[in-house]
Amino acid sequence: MTTVFRIALLGSTLLAGVAQAQEPVTLTIESWRNDDLAIWQDTLIPAFEAQHPDINVEFAPTAPAEYNAALNSKLQAGSAGDLITCRPFDASLELFNQGHLADLTDLPGIANFSDVAKSAWQTDDAAATFCVPMASVIHGFIYNKTAFDELGLTEPTTVDEFYAVLDALKADGTYIPMAMGANDQWEAATMGYQNIGPNYWKGEEGRQALIAGTQKLTDPQWVAPFEQLARWKDYLGDGFEAQTYPDSQNLFTLGRAAIYPSGSWEISVFNPQVDFEMGAFPPPVQAAGDTCYISDHTDIGIGMNAATPNPEAARTFLDWVASPEFANLYGNALPGFFPLSNGEVTLEDPLAQEFISWRDECESTIRSTYAILSRGTPNLENETWNASANVMRGTEAPVDAAARLQQGLDSWYTAAPQ
Amino acid sequence: MAARSHPGRALAAHAVLIVYTLIALFPVWIIVINSVKSRRAIFGAPLALPTPATWDPVGYTTVLENGDVIGYFLNSAIVTIVSLAMVLLFGAMAAFALSEYRFRGNTLMGLYLALGIMIPIRLGTVAILQMMVAAGLVNTLTALILVYTAQGLPLAVFILSEFMRNVSDDLKNAGRMDGLSEYAIFFRLVLPLVRPAMATVAVFTMIPIWNDLWFPLILAPSEETKTITLGSQVFIGQFVTNWNAVLAALALAILPVLVLYLIFSRQLIRGITAGAVK
Amino acid sequence: MAAPKVRWHIAVFLAPAVLVYTAIMIIPLFGTLNLALYGEEGFRGFQNFRVLFGDPLWSDAFWNALGNNIWFFVIHMLVQNPIGVLLAALLASPRLRFAAAYRTAIFVPTILSFVIVGFVWKLILSPLWGIAPSMLGAIGLKGLFAPWLGQEGSALTTLALISVWQFVGIPMMLIYAALLSIPDEVLEAAEMDGITGWALFRKVQLPLILPAIGIISILTFVGNFNAFDLIYVSQGALAGPDFATDILGTFLYRTFFGFQLQLGDPNMGAAIATAMFLIILAGVCLYLFGVQRRLRRYQF
Repeated sequence: MTTVFRIALLGSTLLAGVAQAQEPVTLTIESWRNDDLAIWQDTLIPAFEAQHPDINVEFAPTAPAEYNAALNSKLQAGSAGDLITCRPFDASLELFNQGHLADLTDLPGIANFSDVAKSAWQTDDAAATFCVPMASVIHGFIYNKTAFDELGLTEPTTVDEFYAVLDALKADGTYIPMAMGANDQWEAATMGYQNIGPNYWKGEEGRQALIAGTQKLTDPQWVAPFEQLARWKDYLGDGFEAQTYPDSQNLFTLGRAAIYPSGSWEISVFNPQVDFEMGAFPPPVQAAGDTCYISDHTDIGIGMNAATPNPEAARTFLDWVASPEFANLYGNALPGFFPLSNGEVTLEDPLAQEFISWRDECESTIRSTYAILSRGTPNLENETWNASANVMRGTEAPVDAAARLQQGLDSWYTAAPQ
Repeated sequence: MAARSHPGRALAAHAVLIVYTLIALFPVWIIVINSVKSRRAIFGAPLALPTPATWDPVGYTTVLENGDVIGYFLNSAIVTIVSLAMVLLFGAMAAFALSEYRFRGNTLMGLYLALGIMIPIRLGTVAILQMMVAAGLVNTLTALILVYTAQGLPLAVFILSEFMRNVSDDLKNAGRMDGLSEYAIFFRLVLPLVRPAMATVAVFTMIPIWNDLWFPLILAPSEETKTITLGSQVFIGQFVTNWNAVLAALALAILPVLVLYLIFSRQLIRGITAGAVK
Repeated sequence: MAAPKVRWHIAVFLAPAVLVYTAIMIIPLFGTLNLALYGEEGFRGFQNFRVLFGDPLWSDAFWNALGNNIWFFVIHMLVQNPIGVLLAALLASPRLRFAAAYRTAIFVPTILSFVIVGFVWKLILSPLWGIAPSMLGAIGLKGLFAPWLGQEGSALTTLALISVWQFVGIPMMLIYAALLSIPDEVLEAAEMDGITGWALFRKVQLPLILPAIGIISILTFVGNFNAFDLIYVSQGALAGPDFATDILGTFLYRTFFGFQLQLGDPNMGAAIATAMFLIILAGVCLYLFGVQRRLRRYQF
């Protein structure tokens, strides 16, 4: 069973006229995806260079934590690479507003993407698009199927079933019920709060209402995910307060923890490391039969440095990135990063298929803090990291954390009048 | 004389020093022994020595396949040694001028040169990068050398002028009587006397240069100019869950420095002790 | 014997250092500090400082970082420097065997990069990996183990101690050099008078190494108030848990360069940098004009 990206395949009038450069040009890609170095070097770049012998491409990643700082410095000084990997929404929008990212609205390949996919890299009025969407990631829970079978457990669909499974795992004692740490903070926020949250704030409905100012972070549907995180504390490993993200990954892949709240991007990391069967379930709903919501987050795109000396070659490359060919190569080289292209993409990895199948059953949304609400100081996304970790460690009550976030947001954000 | 008659005291001294030596070396030991063990053994028994059953050098093969470790190491060595030489020479010259001569603005100049101790040079990153871009020095080791020289100078001047004030005036005046030029006095009389201070400054200057991650990342991130610290950071990012590779990368980053240090350490101590008045 | 003629050699001695230092360090740095007086809309005087100290969103973070930084420094002064002095005194005792080996070994952590130090101590203290818990278990103290780096009460102290572990070699070396430079005759004369052991150290050696201790203190002060890397590699730019390990360096980095979705704010960052600069300047002046003068008197 192969899952297929449907939606009309638009004319793929790609590969716009290549500049007749005599000498080969070299394009450098700035990226935070240092995990993907091998995939770019061995799969993606050779495929492109085979068609464009006059263009060399170099993938030059920086560690994720340093990426923004290093990139911004290089952009300001004029030494950044030709192609810039784009974080979604406000972060890249600011780079575009500062004139560092070129306008790609007229790039032919942009037509291969839906409005939803493009929205992450557009101005608020959707007039200009400045990055080619590459992939989205879907949140959910990955679990150790072998362990579940051993203990006679099944995938939970409701919150009650979820805790029943956790209680069973805890009572048995062979496995740490859930692998998550508080040290890096973003785990609690991204893989906790943003993972389960959409089921409470009803996905796009709640996210838009928050932007419109008709809902507050102190409303019950926004506090509830924090209350869940506070409950999770009892099911995490000893000393989870000092557990890092790689610690959590290792706990799960070594078979010591049974459930890993996470997202599809782990698939390519986990596949070569585990010696048991993995499964995945979407965030459990509050009551059986409720509509389920998933975070299907447009996470990564690629744009052009406005100051590049090789705009023609860069646009040629970007047009290729927008092609179905790239989508197929990328989607299969990195199972769990789901290409956003309208072209047909056939995914082979079973776990990736499982994740993407949720799009048919559940309503999709993006992370609540990424668009518009993280434009000011204090930054809502970064504050949410801190608040989620605090709540999970039990040092801040869910209502207090929510009140603090709303207060920070109120200090600079006023909803646009309807 | 007196000390020899206290074997108990010597024993206690050895006990304290041995305990502290173990504390100092333990983490390095952990990295090295685990870097050659299989993944399960690393997690299962991190304190155990590798046995034939748990022996697995896969981390090293991964690292060596994925990067030019020797090239990175050479880059680090060139940058460190050249910067160090420039810091020591320029720093000692300036310190000599400040401590030896009375001239208008002496104190002011001393304070001016000390300012740099107080602000992390990292703050000037954008301006420095702009300057390097304008000069066409991005992705060259020269850019790093210039930055590290500037970064090391304030502390070098600060420490060296402290020490140079203590060099006896009689000696220098005797030199002047003999008709030595000021340059000869500096190079032939003063410099040899402040060797322990130079060794101190060398250590202080070398460590942050060797270990710096920031400027290599910003100024010279290309494959040809990558330093070993940046290289190992990239490995850690790239193989964050592959602890075999991470530990191997760390071990490879430690070992050359350790060897260099063991060689250098003798010089350092000789420098320090030679300066001690006997 | 000040000669009236122009002494060119002074300029020659100063020129290389002053040129490199001015061009690569001072001009960029003051260009940056100058940003503190500007905002997006242009020149705004001391407005950024008013925000930094007047707006609780900023001032709470600033005072928290400053307080943490002071504690970080206090730990270094109380732990690192006494240990350094102790080790140096032991190493300098006459006819100590293996002194070179000890000296070399104890200095090893200092040559390691923050990347390595942060990584290995996180491993050792990790509650999952089991090195620290099982070692404590071996001496029957397993109950004492806690995820220190993850708890607000202990994280900063733990990191300060890791930093002490890393840098204790520096005071040790400096004091050691100072002890060796004490003339043998002084020590022999003291021994003739029957002063040995602890009394010898306290009455004879300690006063003579006070200037070295002074230099170490000020270096520790400057180093600690510029510290950044260790916290950054082990706790991230958000200096968790709940900013318990946030020091001025991490606060500055986060503000100046931005983090994750937060874009950098060079103007507020420069305001923080200026505040740090003034704090360090005050400390250094206190040392230069207060402490050092008094130490000099001891020396002669």
